[in-house]
Amino acid sequence: MRQRPLSPHLDIYRFAYTMATSIAHRITGVILTAGFGVLIYWLVAAASSAESYAAAQAIIGSTPVKLLLVGWLLAFCYHLFNGLRHLNWDLGRGLERHEARRSARIVIIATVVLFALLAARAFASGVMS
Amino acid sequence: MSLQSPLGRVIGRGSAKQGVSHFWVQRVTAIALIPLTLWFALRVTGLPDYEHETVRAWIATGWHPVWLILLIGTLAWHSALGVQVVLEDYVHEKGIKVAALVTSTFLHVLAVVAGTYAVLRVAFTFTAG
Repeated sequence: MRQRPLSPHLDIYRFAYTMATSIAHRITGVILTAGFGVLIYWLVAAASSAESYAAAQAIIGSTPVKLLLVGWLLAFCYHLFNGLRHLNWDLGRGLERHEARRSARIVIIATVVLFALLAARAFASGVMS
Repeated sequence: MSLQSPLGRVIGRGSAKQGVSHFWVQRVTAIALIPLTLWFALRVTGLPDYEHETVRAWIATGWHPVWLILLIGTLAWHSALGVQVVLEDYVHEKGIKVAALVTSTFLHVLAVVAGTYAVLRVAFTFTAG
């Protein structure tokens, strides 16, 4: 077959960290969908019976699932701030290269700050005990 | 019966404004999720503990059921649209793609119905004791 020109794709672009923030938006979105399932399971267990809630607590409170929840919290903070960045782009603002780089840095700093705040609150509530 | 072609019937009538519905709903739900998810994250991490009684009391408090049901519905809608795009982009085999899209839709609807029912059940049956 004749080699037809392809539109540029990931194999062709030189890596730039604004690319990483874009890919991370999708990855964190998928992680958050999985976390949404945990949220529904938690609510259904709370509505069902003391026994089913105890079972859910044992599962959600287990170390591997707790670690996943910490990851989920981080994914939430990132997706929230990077989502705001996308909404700003949708208004046609901040699309210049230097602006996109600056907003990527702001997103990462804001993510770390909100994550630290929420994680500290969760620890204080004993969720991680 | 009209002898006009389908194209002839629509020409000159302008857009039905449906073409950007996926894009638009993704943004509208994103905006709604900013206050809803922040409210949820701050409240849940602020609970004194995660015992059954505490969680049920929190769900049933005041207008919390309204915010929780809005959160569940909006989150599911935003998540369903996001997962749809990811599946369409990365699953290339037609049969598997359709099966995955249908499964995702079913799971998202199930999550909304189960989550809403759980919140209402707690709201209507909780009595402090």
